[in-house]
Amino acid sequence: MSGTHQATYLGMPAFPRAADASTRNTQLRANLRHATHTIRAKRATAVAELDDWSRLRAAGAAIKDRTLRHLDHYLERLESAVTAAGGHVHWAADADEANRIVTELVRATGEREVVKVKSMATQEIGLNGALATAGITAYETDLAELIVQLGDDLPSHILVPAIHRNRGEIRDIFTEKMSQWGRPAPPGLTDAPADLAEAARLHLREKFLNAKVGISGANFMVAETGTLVVVESEGNGRMCLTLPETLISVVGIEKVVPTFQDLEVFLQLLPRSSTAERMNPYTSTWTGTTDADGPRAFHLVLLDNGRTDTLADTVGRQALRCIRCSACLNVCPVYERAGGHAYGSAYPGPIGAILTPQLRGTQSELDASLPYASSLCGACYEVCPVAIDIPEILVHLRERVVEGGPVSVRGTRAVIKPAKGHAAERAAMRAARWALDHPRLLRTGQRLASRTRRFHPRRLPGPGRAWSDTRELPRVPEESFRDWWQRTGGGSRTEGRKKTT
Amino acid sequence: MRVALFITCVNDTLYPRTGQAVVTLLRRLGVEVGFPEAQSCCGQPQFNTGYRHETEPLLRRYATAFRDYAYVVTPSGSCAAMVRDNYPRMGAKAAAEGRGQELADAAAEAVPKTYELTEFLTDVLKVTDVGAYYPHTVTYHPTCHGLRMLKLGDRPRSLLAAVKGLNLVELPGAEECCGFGGTFAVKNAAVSAAMGADKARNITATGAEAVCTLDNSCQMHIGGTLARQGSTVRPVHLAEILASTEGDVW
Amino acid sequence: MTPPDPGSPNPGAPGSGARSGPSTRNSRALVMARIRRALADVPRAETPGEVPVERTYHRVHGDRTPAGTADLLAENLADYRAIVHRTDAPSSLPALIARLLADRGATSVAVPPGLPDRWLSAVPDAVRRVPDTAELTPHDLDAVSSVVTGCAVAIAETGTVVLDAAPDQGRRRITLVPDHHICVIRVPDQVVGSVPEALDRLDPARPLTWISGPSATSDIELDRVEGVHGPRTLEVILTGAESAGRS
Repeated sequence: MSGTHQATYLGMPAFPRAADASTRNTQLRANLRHATHTIRAKRATAVAELDDWSRLRAAGAAIKDRTLRHLDHYLERLESAVTAAGGHVHWAADADEANRIVTELVRATGEREVVKVKSMATQEIGLNGALATAGITAYETDLAELIVQLGDDLPSHILVPAIHRNRGEIRDIFTEKMSQWGRPAPPGLTDAPADLAEAARLHLREKFLNAKVGISGANFMVAETGTLVVVESEGNGRMCLTLPETLISVVGIEKVVPTFQDLEVFLQLLPRSSTAERMNPYTSTWTGTTDADGPRAFHLVLLDNGRTDTLADTVGRQALRCIRCSACLNVCPVYERAGGHAYGSAYPGPIGAILTPQLRGTQSELDASLPYASSLCGACYEVCPVAIDIPEILVHLRERVVEGGPVSVRGTRAVIKPAKGHAAERAAMRAARWALDHPRLLRTGQRLASRTRRFHPRRLPGPGRAWSDTRELPRVPEESFRDWWQRTGGGSRTEGRKKTT
Repeated sequence: MRVALFITCVNDTLYPRTGQAVVTLLRRLGVEVGFPEAQSCCGQPQFNTGYRHETEPLLRRYATAFRDYAYVVTPSGSCAAMVRDNYPRMGAKAAAEGRGQELADAAAEAVPKTYELTEFLTDVLKVTDVGAYYPHTVTYHPTCHGLRMLKLGDRPRSLLAAVKGLNLVELPGAEECCGFGGTFAVKNAAVSAAMGADKARNITATGAEAVCTLDNSCQMHIGGTLARQGSTVRPVHLAEILASTEGDVW
Repeated sequence: MTPPDPGSPNPGAPGSGARSGPSTRNSRALVMARIRRALADVPRAETPGEVPVERTYHRVHGDRTPAGTADLLAENLADYRAIVHRTDAPSSLPALIARLLADRGATSVAVPPGLPDRWLSAVPDAVRRVPDTAELTPHDLDAVSSVVTGCAVAIAETGTVVLDAAPDQGRRRITLVPDHHICVIRVPDQVVGSVPEALDRLDPARPLTWISGPSATSDIELDRVEGVHGPRTLEVILTGAESAGRS
């Protein structure tokens, strides 16, 4: 069984180095370009169908803000409601504790195999690896997660973890690997998506029918009723949520919403933003346990793992509104070219660039590089269904990286120092600011540059190569605007403009 | 009407023609243009790289330099967005750090008077036909901060559409970022260059003679990439197109 | 993957007995304390209701007659590859169901306990009725050809039918494991326009299954393909109201 080997994001290089390699992978670039451009156009159409989209978006943001500002209140209500409905609630301060709780719960059933619904929270905590260490095999049942698991790979997208694979690669993975995990791929499997889906159906059928323990996350938890919601497409979610005897759901504490009515907003925002559908094929809701229908035991594991640290930042807090739709990934020009793996986390793309450094902190080189993985073009903010101002948070986190400052580290207030490796940049920024704050000095510099313009190289040495390796440098004009204005009285004294191009 | 020109550091140093074009254009429209020499940079490169505290003197300088003017016009969507979106944030953060309201007040003074060029033309002067003549085939790249932070919408296009002799051709993927992003262009050079290369290829494929932008920083990136690809398409700022007339073709 | 939390509880420590699960009472207190510290900026007197939420979005999109709403439902169901049948006369429902099962070649059909007897009255005895009982295993269900159910509500704007495990719909698994699902919607009383209108009618205490077309995936190149684990064929019958309602 190859399930014992678990790929992890640990020890991955900083974003620019990883992206330097991935941008040169032409197959990856083509796969991502095709997939993201397909969904981009569809999302725009699905959203345009609703003339009140901006109001739904504002309501979604407001409901999440209300929840976050009173998260303790809503979690207490949720806990009471889930317990009253026959569920058991567990609290996990961090990934290790969540993994320990789930492992103990599975062990208590006596089972050695579990079926899993795709869940970002369990990716984040590395649950499959923890279970494997305890001798428990977790079968991923979402098609894309299955592709990732069989390929001994890492997810690279929130909605479609195998987005970096095209149909031909998926066919090859199925043909080579399915037999190691269970029912082999049908002989002569083609790369037609319908055939690949059929192969997954056949491969997983026995696992669903025999499953005694299911593990899921949840898209929403309703505080007033204790209702959990899983939004999906394939029916693997329904299989895992209804056929096993025991259901364990690992859910981030920020996934709570106040009322059942609030779902009317999110069930309109989420499908159109993620799969660009009016509604996804299947949505399941359950409240505790139901007599003789579905699991007899239900355990909810509420996960912190850095969320309270994120909550403590009044600017960064809005990242916890995220409903994991992945619209921001699909429109991001940086994600499209760098690919999801470069972000070194279960959360890639723009949302990952603001979430990961808040959940994990900015101490590692990789995490400190993530807030810079953006040109700040703002496309992510524009499509975000809960109006997370991702560019604002990116800049806010850049400040944390270069200036340090007050943060919350595992619930304790602390002041962190600037990240290493920014000393030269800091000196340059300070010098530039000083010059810019002294226009006369600026003018001297401009004149010097103009006077020496004929000797300027076309390509720069050292760090400047980062520009001039791929782009020509602009030519310095004979005269700055400032000098022109002074010399000509703003163009009113003859001469006019010089031909400078 | 009397307005101050905020030229921006990039235009001042590298693209003086754009500022000259704004002066020519506004004068033609009967506007008196001033250039307070105390002005400098809006501070966007520092701020967007994380050096908020290094940016604060530049915010103060901006507010002071333009104190005597009711309107500040700048030929840069990005710098206008910096003032409008980020100056108030800087003021609020300084206040939250217990440093009083001084910076917030300076921001509040700067924001309402600051206009990006196309906003000033269409919203204040209420003109779309500025009497320009530009006998070229042009494609238009809406720069990100103008598009998404300022929400300029169809203002630039309506101005271009009224230019005599100009043949506007659609740019595929127009709303995708060119990959400049300030220090992003060097911190993440590989991704930035890949974005730029795709943008430049799309521009060349339109068959246009020139690509029009609202930001010379983006123009520098696009132009540098086009030149490296051997493309003959010429980057040009919208102000230069609008300044151009039959008697004085830019 | 995450460094150890210095404030994290020791699962074996005294006092870590469960509130409702193993070893987590300390963590509950710890997480709650972290949340309260994190929200130091929120005024103590502020109540959740004071955080404004403006519900200015539409209750329903557009203005339609009941017939128009039913038409939109049929259109949107079909758009996501459900096969839609309409029979305005309730009397023709049994024949239609019998024909759909015959066309499918169904040899057995799962039957919810409260399904109106009349609905299957035209289905030949050769088609085995499999009652929805607690003893039925997933393997048993896997051998069943089809399932026929009613529904709780249907949403026109999204092309969705919602099941709430009422007696005419049965346990959740009977509409999941068989590969062919025939779902009957009573028009107009079970049809609403929008998601907000549907939620108003639903009881959160019941397990709900929202179905919009047959199972599908977008996992290969972000393109939608129908037919994965859930029923690959979803047939929906819009039928006129029966005078007697549920039997």
